[in-house]
Amino acid sequence: MNIIKEQKLSIDTPLNLKSGKVINSYDLIYQTYGQLNINRDNAVLICHALSGNHHVAGYHEGDDKPGWWDNMIGSGKPIDTDNLFVVCVNNLGGCHGSSGPTSINKETQNSYGFDFPIVTVEDWVNSQKVLMDNLNIKKWQFVVGGSLGGMQAFQWALDYPEYINNAIIIAAAPKLTAQNIAFNEVARQAIMSDPDWCSGNYLRENKVPKRGLALARMLGHITYLSDKSMAMKFGRDLKQEKIGFNFDVEFQIESYLRYQGEKFVNSFDANTYLLMTKALDYYDPINDSAFIDKITATMTKFLLVSFTSDWRFPPVRSEEIVKTLISYNKNVSYACVKSDGGHDAFLMKNDNYFDVMRNFIENN
Amino acid sequence: MARKDFKIISEWVKQDSRILDLGCGDGTLLKILNKERNSTGYGVDTSIDKIIRSFDNDINVINADINNRLDYFSDNSFDYVILAQSLQVVNNPVDLIKEMLRIGNEVIISFPNMGYWKSRFYLFLKGQMPVTNELPYSWHSTPNIHLCTIKDFKQMCHTNNFTIVDEVISSGKDGSVSTGYLSNILGESAIFKVK
Repeated sequence: MNIIKEQKLSIDTPLNLKSGKVINSYDLIYQTYGQLNINRDNAVLICHALSGNHHVAGYHEGDDKPGWWDNMIGSGKPIDTDNLFVVCVNNLGGCHGSSGPTSINKETQNSYGFDFPIVTVEDWVNSQKVLMDNLNIKKWQFVVGGSLGGMQAFQWALDYPEYINNAIIIAAAPKLTAQNIAFNEVARQAIMSDPDWCSGNYLRENKVPKRGLALARMLGHITYLSDKSMAMKFGRDLKQEKIGFNFDVEFQIESYLRYQGEKFVNSFDANTYLLMTKALDYYDPINDSAFIDKITATMTKFLLVSFTSDWRFPPVRSEEIVKTLISYNKNVSYACVKSDGGHDAFLMKNDNYFDVMRNFIENN
Repeated sequence: MARKDFKIISEWVKQDSRILDLGCGDGTLLKILNKERNSTGYGVDTSIDKIIRSFDNDINVINADINNRLDYFSDNSFDYVILAQSLQVVNNPVDLIKEMLRIGNEVIISFPNMGYWKSRFYLFLKGQMPVTNELPYSWHSTPNIHLCTIKDFKQMCHTNNFTIVDEVISSGKDGSVSTGYLSNILGESAIFKVK
């Protein structure tokens, strides 16, 4: 088994953010798989979602589980690293090595904490372009992402049309609905009302808002699954033989959610979670005044994929993007995949889904 | 192997046209039209297996049900809207043709003729629902819920003020064309251009 090592790029050229703020210097941590060919035309950028990171496939030293999209990316897999050069970067504001709330602000020699500026999908795409230039990649053959990652793939086609041939946008939406934003706001309130959040400066106070972050994750996790997948996996199964008429963990689903919450707290930063949800809330490229010019200019070929049981970004949300692209005569294909997996279906193995991905990639 | 209706459709379609192919299957027709007529456009199919296979033909394909999801396409946005050998499977042929006319400048429809002598023979002599090369299903497993004859189709066009601007009736393996009075008996399959 190949052990994967991450790489770091330190950048001293300021990055102008959509908010008007500037990050003067920053680190991007990333991983690559496969080889860039001589023509430099086999590069693939994988954009990660809310809680993802650059470790997209394979094993790091000491890992007992592979990267988060290991079923999709690798030798002989739909995104085949025998032919493709795959790059995945931890997004700015993240907590797995790229500059973010947990990293040290060189100007103050303190961790950024809550002071890390709010970053947007557009800012991420700009920072990914900096990495692209540093890796000497002339054009992405594919930019691929699910959920919030799909939004980045869409934005690549809008902001850098000459640098991308195909955008694969999976289980995404062109913007969040009021309901989507509402879920994000409850997650943020769970974190920010935890006394250990310390107005965002918990690192300096040597505390971690564990309860708040776990709650945020539990809530999020419910929206990633479907009613049917939860029913199949847990039903009304109890941990003990009988109900106890108390408030202990009684149903298996309660136990599962608590476990997911606790696990997440050990691998994720609360301020990063706040930032990622904001990036989602703010995303709305079709309402951008420059959208018509951008969409008219792009020659990118699009593939959209949705899943029938996804209720966080249901098929109709992908179809909004498809409809918009058709109205501008863009090259777009769309597959709606039958799945019980909910929003998380984009991370799961599914024959139709994988055939869609494999066949589109092989033919483009 | 190219279907004979594909050959005629390709002859009808003008160079550089914008095409919408409803029930596009694996995209063979669109591939032919893109190659021979330098056309652009989209196929629509409800089957995910067809969508997957159509990527081999390098076409744009939308996974949707043509019965109720043509709202993807705006008014007069295509030169031709094609329904090749799928009229008999749609829920409401008249409504669909109205939608096709909304979206396209011209509509091309091909369908198997139930008035073909072999079908008549099947029902008349054998007393059973016809099973032929063009209609290989038995009555209980067929997706074909709106079969018609050439005469039926023409009558439907007349009733709904759809103008037939061209038609080709073919029969037999060689695709030989029969016209005139006996076409509803001798024609195995029909292609109409409607406005």
